[in-house]
Amino acid sequence: MVQTEAYITLALVLFVLGTMGVMLRRNAILVFMSVELMLNATNLALAAFARHWGHESGHLFVFFIITVAAAEVAVGLALIVAIFRSKNSINIDELHQMEG
Amino acid sequence: MENYPQLVSLIILIPAIGAFINFFWGARLGERGAAMVSTGASSLAFVVALLLFAYLGSSGYEAVVVNPPLLDGWIRIPSANVVIPWQMRVDTLSVTMMLVITGVGSLIHMYAIGYMHGDERFPRFFAYLNMFLAFMLTLVTGNNLLMMFVGWEGVGLCSFLLIGFWWDKKNGVGWRNSNAARKAFIVNRIGDFGILMAIFLVFWTFGTLDFYRPGELAVVGGYGEATEHSAEGAVAGEHSEGEAVVAEGDHSETAAVAEGESVVVETASSQELVYTDNEHIATEQLGIFGQAERFVAEERVVDLGPFELPIVTVLALITAFMLLGAAGKSAQIPLFIWLPDAMAGPTPVSALIHAATMVTAGVYMMVRSNVFFYEADVTSLVVALVGTGTAVVAGLIAVGQWDIKRVLAYSTVSQLGFMVAAVGVGAYGAAVFHLVTHAFFKALLFLGSGSVIHGMEHGHHHVAHGHDAHHDNPHDADHGDAHSTAVVVHHAEEFDPQDMRNMGGLRSKMPITYITYVIGTLALAGIIPFAGFWSKDEILADAWLVGVLENNLAGFLALGGLLLAAGFTAFYMWRQIIMVFHGKPRTEAAEHASESSLLMTIPLMVLGFFSVFIGFINTPANVLGLDGIFGAHRFTDWLEYSVVHAHAADFQPLIALGALSLALGAIFLASNIYGQGKAVTADRRDPLALRPETAAIWKLANARMYWDETYYRFIENPFNVLSRFLANTLDWDFWHDYFHDRVIGKGFNAIAGLLSKPVDIGIIDGVVNGVGAVAKWFSGRLRTLQTGYVRVYAITLLLGVVVVIIVLLLPLINTNG
Repeated sequence: MVQTEAYITLALVLFVLGTMGVMLRRNAILVFMSVELMLNATNLALAAFARHWGHESGHLFVFFIITVAAAEVAVGLALIVAIFRSKNSINIDELHQMEG
Repeated sequence: MENYPQLVSLIILIPAIGAFINFFWGARLGERGAAMVSTGASSLAFVVALLLFAYLGSSGYEAVVVNPPLLDGWIRIPSANVVIPWQMRVDTLSVTMMLVITGVGSLIHMYAIGYMHGDERFPRFFAYLNMFLAFMLTLVTGNNLLMMFVGWEGVGLCSFLLIGFWWDKKNGVGWRNSNAARKAFIVNRIGDFGILMAIFLVFWTFGTLDFYRPGELAVVGGYGEATEHSAEGAVAGEHSEGEAVVAEGDHSETAAVAEGESVVVETASSQELVYTDNEHIATEQLGIFGQAERFVAEERVVDLGPFELPIVTVLALITAFMLLGAAGKSAQIPLFIWLPDAMAGPTPVSALIHAATMVTAGVYMMVRSNVFFYEADVTSLVVALVGTGTAVVAGLIAVGQWDIKRVLAYSTVSQLGFMVAAVGVGAYGAAVFHLVTHAFFKALLFLGSGSVIHGMEHGHHHVAHGHDAHHDNPHDADHGDAHSTAVVVHHAEEFDPQDMRNMGGLRSKMPITYITYVIGTLALAGIIPFAGFWSKDEILADAWLVGVLENNLAGFLALGGLLLAAGFTAFYMWRQIIMVFHGKPRTEAAEHASESSLLMTIPLMVLGFFSVFIGFINTPANVLGLDGIFGAHRFTDWLEYSVVHAHAADFQPLIALGALSLALGAIFLASNIYGQGKAVTADRRDPLALRPETAAIWKLANARMYWDETYYRFIENPFNVLSRFLANTLDWDFWHDYFHDRVIGKGFNAIAGLLSKPVDIGIIDGVVNGVGAVAKWFSGRLRTLQTGYVRVYAITLLLGVVVVIIVLLLPLINTNG
């Protein structure tokens, strides 16, 4: 059986990759996908801890996150489509009308 | 007959009602109705006066105090214990005045019907005349100083209204009339100050204003004095029972006096101790004169607040103030200047108010207060000097006047000076006697002058219009419609119907006026046996007696001055007679003058009759056997029942002869100077002005001794300059422009500027704006945090999470460490 540390390490790597994607990418789709990656890294870590402790609350969190992520995808993609329609671009660096 | 004194309220009420009717319905009544109402009222009042006279005759001349119904307590101030009743006094003095006022007044009313015919304000004129009668009768019937003062002010008002009656005449004449009215009113205010001060002092000293209280035996030779008139006293005593019943009336607040009265009645019925019986009356229950006599006898000291004065000094003060009041109303130096100007009024007014009645109010007041004047030696001397001075000054001025009425006006001033001088030498009876005779002959002269003016205006109108005028006004032709005077004035830029230079030769045109005028002149000049001789001689004899017997300076001064004034009187009156009636007519108007209507000449004849015979009421003893027919000093005896110190002077043949020859000499001199057509020189100047020895004095007289000019220069002008300085310089320039602008306005602006700029804008706005600016500055810095870049938010979130994690993990690290 694979050790828990391996799962956590993988989750960590995935989370950092997701974070880097969010920080560095300009394409809104890719940023979005990076956020999904961070969510799933978290899911992996939660599932690994649930198995490690033999406790089901980790699974429960995972299900919640998947549900929320699904809703988020719907809303997020709709927003991106709307942005693209109005600006003909999904480069997030062009979206700074809200600056103070 | 016991109830007759109650009629005295009617004597005021009847003219008052007449005035009321004419004020409100006069225009509707028309000339005839208005004249009938007012003349009827005046005549009815005369009838009342006659009834009162009859009552006094039947009751032994004893004075009666009457409480008229409805006006019992006139002024009551219970907290201050002040009760001033509206009481009337029927005694020989007040009845004398009533008879003169209503008698002469009725004749003048009748005359005025003719004189005022055609005037646009005819009913109002008669309303004023009746109102004057009502006030004048209030003045003489009042039993206290305050009622007298009410009448005093009322007649002053009527005088003002009537002097300015023709205020709307054209060509500036109206202004002259209304200015004369104002002058009279203002000068009289100065005198009224004296009256008021006298009233205040009397009230302070005696605590009452009543002359005599009901039941008080006023005239008994006075408290503590010998009873000179025990013979008359017995007569009076017999009748005093009936009088007491009337006098008692319903006067509740003088219970003590009523008690005293019963004592009087007892003594009277027992026929002994008739007089000297005010003694049972407490001092504070007496009237002012009774109290004054007791105070003097006790040598009481009057507390006047900050200082105390003996009663004699207080009486001197009171009488001095009264003299000031009398100088105003009775036109004495220094306040006589209003009376000559008052001739601007219609001639009946001049006759009634400014010759016969109102101007004698001052003399009446002083005679009424004879008890005070008797005790005030210093004031009496001043009174004598004022009266004598006025008589001489006014007599001199009258010589130099051209205006027919102005001569008479100064003559009136002069004769009033005689009366005042008589008061000054203690001849109270003679003063009233001269008042009475003067009322008749001076009213006669004024009415005669009015008739002359009327005739002159008629003549002038006749000339100006030719004979067409009669066709224009067939109804008015007889009366000459001269008093639509606006028309006359319009046609006569130069013609003055009152200027004696325009007259002459009226003797044949106006025979009735001429004869009565000569009678009046002889009476005024003091020619025996006309009325003026007896009254003037009485005053001169009194002055002589006071001078010789009492070795009193006032007597000699009065005698000398009055003799001189009497000479002037005869001179200027004869000058007037010659200028107006003798010689040839000097103008066409005089040539066409005609006699006035019967309405005007009948009063002249009646007054002429009295001017001859009224003097016989007081013929002295031992003169030409006249006392056998008329009795000796009957008038003075009759007055003695109300005037304590009235006394008859013995006839002084030397004085009488001297005065008579002086008057005759003056008449002779006047006819020499002015007679034989020399009355006015060709260049309209007086013969006296041409002679070098008399030119200066004539000029002085003609210029009225520069009296008005002196007042103007030394009183009026300084007053005007001062008031102009106060108004323009002090008030306007300094107070308004300087003080208000510089001090108040500028100070206010400075403070307001300080508050608005540095304080409001600087501090308060600065604080508020500063707070806003600080917030704005910080918010400006903070807003840059919101870049709008999603990445920045992501990093911030990440860093936040890291911080949170560190904070969460830190305790674990510490415990592990």
